[in-house]
Amino acid sequence: MSDHDYQPSSKLGKWFNDRLPLLTLSNHLQEYPTPKNLNYWWTFGGILTFCLITQIITGIILGMHYIAHAELAFGSVEHIMRDVNYGWLIRYVHANGASMFFLAVYIHIFRSLYYGSYKSPREVIWIIGMIIYFLMMATAFMGYVLPWGQMSFWGATVITNLFSAIPFIGESVTNWLWGGYSVDNPTLTRFFSLHYLLPFLILGLVILHIWALHVPGNNNPIGIDIKKPSKDTVPFHPYIVIKDLFALLLFLIVFAFFVFYSPNILGHADNYIEADPLVTPAHIVPEWYLLPFYAILRSVPDKLLGVIAMFASIFVLVILPWLDTSKVRSAIFRPIYKQFYWFLVADVLILGYMGAMPAEGAYLIIARVATAYYFLHFLVILPVLGRKEKTLDIPLSITEPVLGGFPNQATTKNKQNNRENL
Amino acid sequence: MSESDKKKPNRRDFILTATTAAGAVGVGAAVWPLIDQMNPDASVKALASTEVDISGVEPGQSITVLWRGKPVFIKRRTKEEIDSARSVDLKELKHPEKDEDRAKNPEWLVMLGVCTHLGCVPLADKGDYNAWFCPCHGSHYDTSGRIRKGPAPTNMEVPKYVFVNNTTIKIG
Repeated sequence: MSDHDYQPSSKLGKWFNDRLPLLTLSNHLQEYPTPKNLNYWWTFGGILTFCLITQIITGIILGMHYIAHAELAFGSVEHIMRDVNYGWLIRYVHANGASMFFLAVYIHIFRSLYYGSYKSPREVIWIIGMIIYFLMMATAFMGYVLPWGQMSFWGATVITNLFSAIPFIGESVTNWLWGGYSVDNPTLTRFFSLHYLLPFLILGLVILHIWALHVPGNNNPIGIDIKKPSKDTVPFHPYIVIKDLFALLLFLIVFAFFVFYSPNILGHADNYIEADPLVTPAHIVPEWYLLPFYAILRSVPDKLLGVIAMFASIFVLVILPWLDTSKVRSAIFRPIYKQFYWFLVADVLILGYMGAMPAEGAYLIIARVATAYYFLHFLVILPVLGRKEKTLDIPLSITEPVLGGFPNQATTKNKQNNRENL
Repeated sequence: MSESDKKKPNRRDFILTATTAAGAVGVGAAVWPLIDQMNPDASVKALASTEVDISGVEPGQSITVLWRGKPVFIKRRTKEEIDSARSVDLKELKHPEKDEDRAKNPEWLVMLGVCTHLGCVPLADKGDYNAWFCPCHGSHYDTSGRIRKGPAPTNMEVPKYVFVNNTTIKIG
């Protein structure tokens, strides 16, 4: 937090602010010095906040019409779609909003990976972000169960059965999760309760995420530490506010395209069939945003090890700040990392595609190679690369490459100095 | 400070430890109902058994009934299916069980129709052993419902059941 010496101009404002410094907070958010070279990849934080608020508002409304009961849930969703005023709109915004939320969060995460935003001193921001991501997956999964269609039911069965892989206590744990001997009404009602709760936990963590961000301030595309405030920064308001709003408008175009023109394209037709515990759909697939993890789960032929591999693939992300040993943040100055970064992007996309395909033949072999490469990237390539890679010279400030003609040897720190100073 | 650190535990330390321990037990006892309420309740446990009429099932046919929310396969096996299940060398099996132990009456195989991998319902007359095949993650079961190939760790479970008479099975 930059300045705490703010004084409200009005007498009432001063009286209130002395008792609860909300106006100081609001002033901090306006004046918050932001690197002036932030590109559009940095607008996804604001977009994600919008997504969370949208999901909470539409979710609260859907909760007024939805009935959490195995006999009534499927019908109540159709009631929302057909009878409730604008129910179709609110449900389609909520359902597609989940996909948009994940689209934005993946861009946000991969931006962080490219520009090294997870590195010191921003490790805590990153870890809170990963917890948010994990809670988002749990929330989305439980939300998908609520309409009680075939995919809801069998998705819930498969995912809760992951816990049966735990040695010795697995069966007791799954029975406890289900509240019975299979996914049934008790499972549905508790999922509804938790699906309502988790977004508010996420909201709390988002506040911590932003708080932790405002301590060191934003990273930036060239990944250097900057003085704040200085000629390298601009105040958050109005510069970043307007830029974020413009990006949000562009994002809303994509959002609206899905809601109004292809609201079911991201879902599965099987979920318009009511849950039937006697028949498993021929081809079970999770929602697109969980596919890479599903591919990792299926690529391991052992049940327990498959579950461990899937959770480990998220855990390696949590400890990423300590796996990446390079002191240079931005991939702009890491020519070899930059290539491995794009290999990772391709690898995750391949995993996603394999997760949607049947687990057999060539698909299974490719999924296994891609799974191995995923772990290789984080556990071997990143630690070694940080020590071996010859990084490019880093500018002293954001302004300097513009004024000096980049890269300018006279005004850039040489590599030796970088090692000492950083 | 350093002097008091070296002192032997006194009566105050004892009271602190005892209070903390009693408090921890109390918190544990108060939390347990909050956790246990999620376990299967009395109404779920009450639906423990079900009787099935099998008089209409011909050899080679199978029926699926719901028991405790889960499908149960009741298969009347043909001679070839029984022979193929009983001729397998136990050493070949991932989860070795004799067919004689799984189907007391060789003609009738009764088991939970739940894949032991992640709980899908396997499809009948499919897969490498022309018996059951799970479409979710590709587990192949033989004519005794034993896992032969794929990620499932164990054979499909045989529930407790008795023949009430020649045409009725009671499951549970």
